[in-house]
Amino acid sequence: MLRYTLKRLLMAVPTLLIVITLSFFLMHLAPGGPFDGERQLPAEIEANLLATYHLDDPIWKQYLIYMGNLLQGDLGPSFKYKDFTVTELVAQGFPVSLELGFWAIGLALLIGLPLGIIAALKRNSTVDYLVMGTALAGVAIPNFVIAPLLALVFGVFLAWLPVGGWNDGAWPNLVLPVVALSIQQIAYIARMMRASMIEVLGSHFIRTARAKGLTETEVIRRHAIRPAMLPVVSYLGPAIAGIITGSVVIEQIFGIPGIGRYFVQAALNRDYTLVMGTVVFYGALIVLLNLIVDLIYSALDPQIRYDD
Amino acid sequence: MRKTSLFAGSLLLATGLAASPLQADTLRLAIMGEPASLDPHKISGTWENDVVGDLFEGLVTEAADGERIPGVAESWEVSDDGTVYTFALREDAQWSDGTPVTAGDFVFAFRRILDPATAASYAYLLYPVENAEAVYADEAEPSTLGIEAVDERTLRITLERSTPYFLDQLAHYTAYPLPKHVVEEYGDDWSKPEHMVSNGAFALQDWQSQTRIEATRNPHFHDAENVALDEVVYFPIEERNTALNRFRAGEIDIAREFPTQQYDWLKENLPEAVQVAPYLGIYYYALNIRDGHATTDPRIREALSLAVRREVITDKILGTGEQPAYSFVPPDVAHYEGPESDIAEMSQEARLERAKMLIEEAGYGPDQPLELQLRYNTSEDHRKVAIALAAMWKPLGVEVELYNSEVAVHYADMRQGDFDVARAGWIGDYNDAQNFLSLLESGVANNYGAYSNAEFDTLMDQAAETQDMDTRAELMSEAEALALEDSAVLPLYYYVSRNLVSPDLSGWQTNIEDIHRSRWIDFED
Repeated sequence: MLRYTLKRLLMAVPTLLIVITLSFFLMHLAPGGPFDGERQLPAEIEANLLATYHLDDPIWKQYLIYMGNLLQGDLGPSFKYKDFTVTELVAQGFPVSLELGFWAIGLALLIGLPLGIIAALKRNSTVDYLVMGTALAGVAIPNFVIAPLLALVFGVFLAWLPVGGWNDGAWPNLVLPVVALSIQQIAYIARMMRASMIEVLGSHFIRTARAKGLTETEVIRRHAIRPAMLPVVSYLGPAIAGIITGSVVIEQIFGIPGIGRYFVQAALNRDYTLVMGTVVFYGALIVLLNLIVDLIYSALDPQIRYDD
Repeated sequence: MRKTSLFAGSLLLATGLAASPLQADTLRLAIMGEPASLDPHKISGTWENDVVGDLFEGLVTEAADGERIPGVAESWEVSDDGTVYTFALREDAQWSDGTPVTAGDFVFAFRRILDPATAASYAYLLYPVENAEAVYADEAEPSTLGIEAVDERTLRITLERSTPYFLDQLAHYTAYPLPKHVVEEYGDDWSKPEHMVSNGAFALQDWQSQTRIEATRNPHFHDAENVALDEVVYFPIEERNTALNRFRAGEIDIAREFPTQQYDWLKENLPEAVQVAPYLGIYYYALNIRDGHATTDPRIREALSLAVRREVITDKILGTGEQPAYSFVPPDVAHYEGPESDIAEMSQEARLERAKMLIEEAGYGPDQPLELQLRYNTSEDHRKVAIALAAMWKPLGVEVELYNSEVAVHYADMRQGDFDVARAGWIGDYNDAQNFLSLLESGVANNYGAYSNAEFDTLMDQAAETQDMDTRAELMSEAEALALEDSAVLPLYYYVSRNLVSPDLSGWQTNIEDIHRSRWIDFED
């Protein structure tokens, strides 16, 4: 297991290298630069700005400079947020997105899994249709519709909760964004769990378990849930990476200082270092979470073993 | 002294926020973006100005109505030829750590912003100062810059040539003093909350990135006894609907922008809070006058301009009080009377008739359609206007291909001259017609359509040499008339500023520059 983990971590290095290299060159291929805006700067000022950030060097040289800095753990200064380095921006924003994402995923699992299981057990009943109908709506309604609605109803009309702001993660500020962020996940997880549960319930080992004379509750609790969770677990890897790196929509609507906004804003601003910083960070996170998912797999499914 | 409204108070209790540091005389201000920096030399956005302008004060500063009043300078003398300004700094000007603000702090700041190593994108606003351009280009020593500390309290600024708007410009953040003793000690980190020292009505306490900026009243400010607020909290909120919702929920007192689509609703439901006023900006379309574009033909440019029904755009499409524009310089610009526009006087039928005639003369018409590429940058309002223009040009037999791109690409392509007609806008850097008209001078960076008229350039040069404000205005007005006659650009409408201001506040006055310093704001009793 340890050897396998180490091997996977080593393999991540070339993967990340390719991701970084591709992103670097694709980003520079995009038309427009960090200092293109409504106001064209006088030539000497633009030239000076480009020189300050090494943007007047040939692209291969910029790449080498970037990789050299990256190896020393330096993600560079942000072009847009001039008082901050990219590392500082990520370090400030990530804990916020992580906290929000943690609660959202927790809530999604807490509600989504039981809903899926119940729907599977009561297949084709009114309960099933109700749960799956709601889940379908949850998947279909985008969060840029749900979030402002929540803010309007609970913030403006009822005035139970603040409309926006972070306030150091005080719980009243967390409620609306967490709910808005988890609704889609609840729906996904419930649907996935239901489908997987139905499949597992029809398999041979469940028949064997019933034949042994176990009660239905025992069968489900001891034999069905664990294997049924496999698809959900593999979905959770990328889903968690996506959620804890923030959602630009949720952050904008609720005014939350996470890092989700940087993924979009950095690209639009052509804030090259910040774009690369988010790519590196997100890439590393995906690699790590996929590894964790695979390790959990082996714990859940006795057929999977990694000791070579 | 006033407390937060009952409604907001109950909200705080209900949500367990009672322990938050927001207290009686705290102004909560929604600014429209996260500041890039709080170092006056590293910023360029209006939302940054909202914060930095409360923290610092220049030689002159803005009154509540935007008029320039003495700031750090108590009085000044201008030489007869208008090139040498001598300022007497006030005795009681102090930094927030109690150190006096000296002439040397201004010299230090001016040299720093013009030092290429600072990489200040707005440094060119100080180009009127003698040798500024050469210093920035590293062709002259910083010591040759036309600014000199005669003594601790006397500052002399020498200009390249007489610049009538220079005094107004000294209120801008590019001309603020910097605390030399702090910047030298901490370098680029001087503007972090733990180090920053400022000389304005408020002093920075905390900056939580993307969340809030807190500033408290600066006891060392020379006019501190007349500053009513104890604290200002700035919330960066990019999403306008969010700003509106938070305003409605009583979480903020002033929103520096509101969503245009909500204007009707706001007029109905929050009429006392809506503040819409003319703004120092023009929304226009650049017409490409480079070779190889049909728009090089002045008849086509005029026809395109004639066929646009600006009132439809301002009233039906936008509907937030924008004024239709038939000239390039917005009305109400200081010391300026723009030329009369011929188009404005014509009836819609007469305009269309003449437009059709011109297009025909130019060799186009329904049988020989004129194909134009229209470019705009991504935004719902820009898209609506672009579609409207295409429809309005249709009767002329003009076939428009709409081309939309994000803002960086849009302006990069415009600089390459890769367009026929393209959306553009200009917000004045300072309240002077020159700032607008200079965009139409030959070879100027922001002259997207490459309009070039020697006579226009000559008039602008003459105006620049003229000290008498009336003669200067006449020369510029003449230049503008020329550009309009040439249909150098296609003006569509003048911008308006849109603010939501809680009726509980006093001291807010609308002004053309939309500059509002918190030192004038108070809660009504």
